[in-house]
Amino acid sequence: MLSQKLIDKYQPVIGLEVHVQLLTASKIFAGDDNLYGSAPNRNVSVITLGHPGTLPRMNKKVIRHAIKMGLACGSTISKYQVFDRKNYFYPDLPKGYQTTQDSTPVCIGGVVPVKTLSGFRKEIILNRIHMEEDAGKSIHLVGEKDTLVDFNRAGVPLIEIVTEPMIHTAEEAAAFLQEIRKLVRYLEISDGNMEEGSMRCDANVSVMLKGAKELGKKAEVKNMNSIRNVSHAINHEIERQITEIEKGNEIISETRTFDVASGTTSGMRTKEELNDYRYFPEPDLSPMEVTDQLLSEIKAEMPALPKELVQLFVESYGLPEYDAYVLTDTKELAVYFQKLGEVTGDFKTSSNWMMGPVKSYLNDSGIEIDSFPLSPDQMGLLIKAVQSKVVSQSVATQKILPVMIEKPDSDPMQIAKEMNLIQDSDSNSLQPIIDEVLSANQAKVAEYKKGRKGLLGMFVGEVMKKSKGKADPKLTNKLLKESLSV
Amino acid sequence: MKNYSSYLEIRKDLEDQIVTCETLVNHYLVNIHKHSQLNVFLEVYEEEALEQAKRIQEKIENNSAGTLAGLVVGIKDVLAYKGHGLGSASKILTGFKSQFTASAVQRLIDQDAIIIGRQNCDEFAMGSSNENSAYGPVVNGKGNQKVPGGSSGGSAVAVQMDMCQVSLGTDTGGSVRQPAAFCGVVGMKPTYSRISRYGLAAYASSFDTIGTLTKSVEDSALLLETMAGDDEYDSTVSTKEVPAYTQKLQKEDKFKVAYLAETLSHEGLNHEIKDAVENLLKKLTNRGHQVSEANFDLLDYLLPTYYILTTAEASSNLSRYDGVKFGHRTEDSKNLESMYKKTRSEGFGEEVKRRIMLGTFVLSASYYDAFYTKAQKARRLIKEQTEEILSKYDFIVSPTTSTVAFDIGSINDSLEMFLADLFTVQASVAGIPAISIPYGVDKEGMPIGIQIMSRHFSEEKLLAFARQILAEVN
Repeated sequence: MLSQKLIDKYQPVIGLEVHVQLLTASKIFAGDDNLYGSAPNRNVSVITLGHPGTLPRMNKKVIRHAIKMGLACGSTISKYQVFDRKNYFYPDLPKGYQTTQDSTPVCIGGVVPVKTLSGFRKEIILNRIHMEEDAGKSIHLVGEKDTLVDFNRAGVPLIEIVTEPMIHTAEEAAAFLQEIRKLVRYLEISDGNMEEGSMRCDANVSVMLKGAKELGKKAEVKNMNSIRNVSHAINHEIERQITEIEKGNEIISETRTFDVASGTTSGMRTKEELNDYRYFPEPDLSPMEVTDQLLSEIKAEMPALPKELVQLFVESYGLPEYDAYVLTDTKELAVYFQKLGEVTGDFKTSSNWMMGPVKSYLNDSGIEIDSFPLSPDQMGLLIKAVQSKVVSQSVATQKILPVMIEKPDSDPMQIAKEMNLIQDSDSNSLQPIIDEVLSANQAKVAEYKKGRKGLLGMFVGEVMKKSKGKADPKLTNKLLKESLSV
Repeated sequence: MKNYSSYLEIRKDLEDQIVTCETLVNHYLVNIHKHSQLNVFLEVYEEEALEQAKRIQEKIENNSAGTLAGLVVGIKDVLAYKGHGLGSASKILTGFKSQFTASAVQRLIDQDAIIIGRQNCDEFAMGSSNENSAYGPVVNGKGNQKVPGGSSGGSAVAVQMDMCQVSLGTDTGGSVRQPAAFCGVVGMKPTYSRISRYGLAAYASSFDTIGTLTKSVEDSALLLETMAGDDEYDSTVSTKEVPAYTQKLQKEDKFKVAYLAETLSHEGLNHEIKDAVENLLKKLTNRGHQVSEANFDLLDYLLPTYYILTTAEASSNLSRYDGVKFGHRTEDSKNLESMYKKTRSEGFGEEVKRRIMLGTFVLSASYYDAFYTKAQKARRLIKEQTEEILSKYDFIVSPTTSTVAFDIGSINDSLEMFLADLFTVQASVAGIPAISIPYGVDKEGMPIGIQIMSRHFSEEKLLAFARQILAEVN
């Protein structure tokens, strides 16, 4: 480990290239299914395999998805676009070139605001977003002399999101990736699953002395299949580069691969670095024009974005910013919360329920909101029971909610009745309990009267216990105070 | 059986029961076998063609036959036909069978045309003499050991020697027109994008067009109107409506015709061919057409532009032949890199290798701007200047080639061979339609071809004018 002092001498500069597989029924240039997990080489037509005479057929859904991402990031959408060929040989690249966008990316520029775990806010500037096709997969089986190739993934549509080199910490990089994942999921253009490779990230990492004008030589780190791994890889790479420089060594521009087991990066064969991709415009696809009509159609399809929802939740519903962020973490959570707010007519209370009992149930069970057994309508019934003082908050959360989760179609009122949990809001029935509690605790009553007002809570607790939780807490409070002031 | 100059005559005889489809197929098969030494067909679908003939004959008798019933077609070995070999006359595709049919071929089949076999050509359509085939050169049916031209040499000789009624070739820089001229048949290259390229094994995608080799302009028109038009499998194909070319052939309009000063005064132009062109121009004037000289000062830039851009595209288009997925793979490889190198070294012929290397060079980072970018600019200028001429004239008339068919093996220098396409590449670079029609022979009896170029998508007029000239010659 390097000393913090040494690390502080340097400014890391990080640029990210994020590949996102798009959710489409078919591939970008062929009618083959875009499916993860099929048996090898099932989704491979002559077009995917690059048979002689085949030509690409543009899947129009792809450009719509790409434009959505651009609109979400405030990018400029290119009116006129061509595809380009990136030429290199690799067994999993069927045509010997990748059809991608080099000179006219679909989206130019853009901004993604992020907030790191430690609360640091930053706007990450995008260089571009472009469309391209994925390659197949080379599979090296243990004990097998030959490499096998699976072309199912070849031609799966991708967008590549490229940031400016303006990220300075692994934490910022992680926050950016989280934000991108959140956006693609909100837009429903990708499942953003890094483990399955539907979202992949390459990090260009360099370090320079603080205050230096010129960027250091960069290494491109690949093969990180989770946001955590990206963080680890970047931190390791920063330390490695600083160590090298401190030793007086030069950093080599190279591609490095991250090894999860050791948590380190190592250089890949330098031969791959010598690739000259010989980009030129793809003559097999007509140039595409993004018409104003198409653009307005896509704009009309845009869902509310997380940042817009945060603003709505804070400004219109009066939620604390933290709660607003938590409730917009996924689109499903936000949608659930909004429905719940509509059902109960009280967003603030609904938010408290979401942030409290619902969230802790989800966390304890390790599930997401879409697997939560209760619909917003049913949750609403329970919250309404509390609002109308039929049951107390604590009875609702601790006694009724668990039963409802077990039997999702049950009625909370019915449960309350059956379990004898209807809240006691009648002073005539509460007063004897209060009198009983006070007379059983005379020493405490005396202390209270001397000024230990904090003892009130103890008395309330005793009353609740005696009433089996059915006592209306507000009324209990009021009656206790009255009795104690006599 | 008589030698039919057009399908119209065949159709009439079929309907009048003077011939049957089977007689026709057998007639062509006899010629194919009789002239097997010309090395025209790489594969003949003999039984299949006879079966088709039987089936289609029944349709004719039931009055349910398509518009091309009994038209016997040969296809160049760069066009895909499902379940049949597709080799691009290259070793690298040894044993490869296509799993789909080219859109253009399918449209002919849908109208009950009969595919009789695949035809020899220059490997991957790269060549001007058909000497670059992995399966040996095609021999011109005229003269003694003359080349047929290329790259669609087999397709031209097949029509010349009546081995099929028509052939489908491909034309990237003259590969239909130049062999048509050398063999004395009609060779038509339509506007780029007029016919879907789906199923055409690419040489240079932004130049490649399917073209036709026929005995008559009528058949060119018939094939074109059947094959042309929108195709969901080719995003670059034109969606323009396809005119009924065959219905407009009889037009006898008077036209404005230009000839290019630079072409006719070119030092490499054979004087007998020059005389033929001048003779034609005179005739046209006499017939009331307005004939004038025009200037095209970019002539010297045609071949460099053409070769830089086509080889650049070819170097990329041919990358898929890597031994991984289909076709030839070396038996002797140690690792991935040696597998690639050996597979491609063994599989490709000399000319193909030369063009891949040239194309890779012009696209490489250090030379990109000096070659590729500049050639793209030159292409635009050539296109603009050609269009400029054609905005004033209906047609540009020129010789198709600067020489007649030469002896097999007589040209060993690539650059000299490139000159065989000197007059044809202009239409390819500009993407305009052009047709070569036979116009007499030289004193040794070798055919001379005249090329007519016209504006983008003006095939209707071009075909009518070509028919007019041919009618006069005959």
